Amino acid sequence: MNMENIIEVNELRKYFPIKSNFFRNTIGHVKAVDGISFSIKRGTTMGLVGESGCGKSTVGRTLLRLIERTDGDVYMDGQDIFALSKEELRKMRPRMQIIFQDPYSSLSPRLPVGEIIGEAVREHKIVPTEEFDDYISRVMRACGLQDYHKDRYPHEFSGGQRQRICIARALALNPDFIVCDEPVSALDVSIQAQIINLLKSLQDQFGLSYLFISHDLSVVEHISDTVGVMYLGAMVEYSDTDSLFEKPLHPYTKALFSAIPMPDPDYKMERVILEGSIPSPADPPCGCKFHTRCRECMEICKDTIPEYREVEKGHYCACHLYNETKTDPALQKEAKKA
Amino acid sequence: MAKFLTKRILLSILILFFVMFIIYVLMYSLPSSYIENTARNLSQKPGTQKSAAQWIAELNAQYGMDKGVIGGFMTWMKFAVRGEFGESWYWTTAVTAKFNDVIWYSFTLAFVAFILEIVIAVPLGVIAARKQYSGVDYTVTVIALIGISLPTFFVATILKMIFAVKLGWLDISGMQGRYFLQLSSWGKFIDLAKHFIMPALTLVIISIGSLMRYTRTNMLEVLNADYIRTARAKGLPEKRVISYHAFRNTLIPLITILGASLPTLFGGALITETLFSITGIGFTSYTSMINGDIPFTMFYLAFSSVLVLVGNLIADILYAVADPRVRVN
Repeated sequence: MNMENIIEVNELRKYFPIKSNFFRNTIGHVKAVDGISFSIKRGTTMGLVGESGCGKSTVGRTLLRLIERTDGDVYMDGQDIFALSKEELRKMRPRMQIIFQDPYSSLSPRLPVGEIIGEAVREHKIVPTEEFDDYISRVMRACGLQDYHKDRYPHEFSGGQRQRICIARALALNPDFIVCDEPVSALDVSIQAQIINLLKSLQDQFGLSYLFISHDLSVVEHISDTVGVMYLGAMVEYSDTDSLFEKPLHPYTKALFSAIPMPDPDYKMERVILEGSIPSPADPPCGCKFHTRCRECMEICKDTIPEYREVEKGHYCACHLYNETKTDPALQKEAKKA
Repeated sequence: MAKFLTKRILLSILILFFVMFIIYVLMYSLPSSYIENTARNLSQKPGTQKSAAQWIAELNAQYGMDKGVIGGFMTWMKFAVRGEFGESWYWTTAVTAKFNDVIWYSFTLAFVAFILEIVIAVPLGVIAARKQYSGVDYTVTVIALIGISLPTFFVATILKMIFAVKLGWLDISGMQGRYFLQLSSWGKFIDLAKHFIMPALTLVIISIGSLMRYTRTNMLEVLNADYIRTARAKGLPEKRVISYHAFRNTLIPLITILGASLPTLFGGALITETLFSITGIGFTSYTSMINGDIPFTMFYLAFSSVLVLVGNLIADILYAVADPRVRVN
C-alpha cells in the first residue's frame, strides 16, 4: 500500500446479471468492468477514456461503492471500501464524492439550491451549526454561484450553472477525492471550458484528487496528469498524459487519437477508422477483446489474452505487439489459471 | 396565482353551465318519464274523466315541462342560481332536504374507505417499489390484482359469509341493529359503526389495488432518478433518501389523483350501498333516475359536477404547493 495514493483499485470486476423476462432467472452477465487495476496519486487527476458502453461510468460508481462490486478491491487512503459496513460507508461518503454527467436530472427538482448543497453538510456535521450559512455561501462563491441563488430551485438555472451547483454540492462535503463522471459532456463548449477551469482551480485550492471520466480526449488531455484507456471493460493502456498523447502504443488508443479533430483546416488527418461496432460486453471476443476490430491483429491475438504490463517506464499497455517474448499461448493459459 | 385561479374558476363556471344543459337534455329525453307514468296511473283510477293524454298535458303544465327543452332548462337554471332546486317529484319532499338526509351515510362510508385506502395502499406501494421483483413485491402485486379484478358483489358476499354467517360478529346488512332505539347515544354510535365495517371494507378491497400500483410505479420512476443516486452519494441515511427525496417527488402524482378523487366521496357507492341496504346518495339518486325525477337528478348531478370541478381545482392548487416548478409559472 503506497500512502502517496489516494485511491488504489485492484482487479475490480462488475458483472451485471441479465435476467430472462418471465421467470427472472439469470441467463448471463454483462461484464461491464472486467478486472481493472489502477491507482491515483494524492492531488492528481486521472483521466479515464473510452467509447460509450466500455464501462467507464461503472468503474466510477463501483469504486465509490454506489453499486456493489462483483470482485476485486478498492482502497481509499488505505481503507478497504468494500470491507465497510453500510453505516461506516455512509460516514465515509463525504470524503469521496461524485459529479454526474447530467446536471438536469441529478439535482432534486423539489429542493432549493441551498438545501441541495447544505443538506449533507448538516447531516455529516461538516461545520458547526452557527457557521453553516456562512460556509454554504463560501462554497457557493468558490464555485461561481451567488448568495441569492440559495433559495432558487434547480429548474431556474442553465446547464452550466447547474453543473456548478453539482460541483458545489460535492465540494461542500470537504472531499479528498471526486469522481467526475463526464461532467462536461452535456454542456456547450464555452461552458465546458469554464467548468474544467473551475475544477482545476478547486483542485489547486483544496488539494483534491479527481478521477475524470470522459470520452472527449482534448478535455482529458487538458485536465489529467495520467490517463487510462478502456475498451470493453478492461484497461488497454495507461500512462502519464504527455507520453500517452505523444506516443500512444495500443492500436485502439491510436485509433481513438486519430479521431481528435484538429483546429486547423489545412491539417490532413490520418484517420484510423475502426470497423464494426463495439462487441457486446455480455459475450466479449476471446483472446484480446479488441482483435475483431484491430488493424494489426495477429494469430496470437485471437486466442490469448495479452498481458497488461509496463512496456516503458510508467507506460502500461495490454497488447501482443509489445510482448517481446511472445509467450507461448498454452503457457499463458496455464499462468492465467494459476 | 390569483390570475390563474380566476381564470380557472371562470372556466369552471362555463363548463358547469354546459354540463348541466347536456344533462337536462338527456333527462328530458329519457323514455322513463315520470309524468307519463303518473298520467297513466291517474287515468286508470276509477271515476276519472280525463284520458292519459289530457293528464299528461295537465301535469306538464303543472311541472313546468310544457316550455320545451331550452325553456325548461332556463327555468331550472333561473331557480338553481338562487339556490332553489324545487321539490323532488318522486320523493315528494324538498330536493335539498332529501339530499341532506342521505348524503352523510354515503360520505361517512366513502371517507372511512378513502382514509383506509391511502393508509394501506401508499405504504404498500412504497415497500413494493423499494423491493422491486422480490417476494414482497410479488405478494403485494398479486393481492392488488385480486382486489382490482373481483366484482363488488362478490367481495361483499364473501365478507358477509365470513363475518356475518360463519363468525356472526356483524349484521348481514342494514344500518341499525335490532335494538338500536334502546341503546345509549354511545351505543348507537358503536352500532352504526359496526354496520359500516363491511361496506367500508368492500370499498377498500376493490379500490386499494389501483392506488397501490400507482404509488409503486411512480416511486419506481423516482427511485431510478439520478438525483436519488446523488442523495445516496451524499451519504444520507437510506431512510432520508426514501422519505425526503424519493417520496416527496412521488407525492405530486399522488396528490393529483387523490385530489381528483375527492368528489367521489360524495358520489355514493351504488352497488355497495344497495348490497348492504344503506340508503345513501348512490342508492337514492339511482332510484330517482330510473323514475325520471328531473329535479332530484338535476340537483344531484349539478352537485357532482361542481365537486369534480372543485376537485380538479384543488388538485391544481395542491400540485402547485408540492412542486416549485409549477408554483413559479
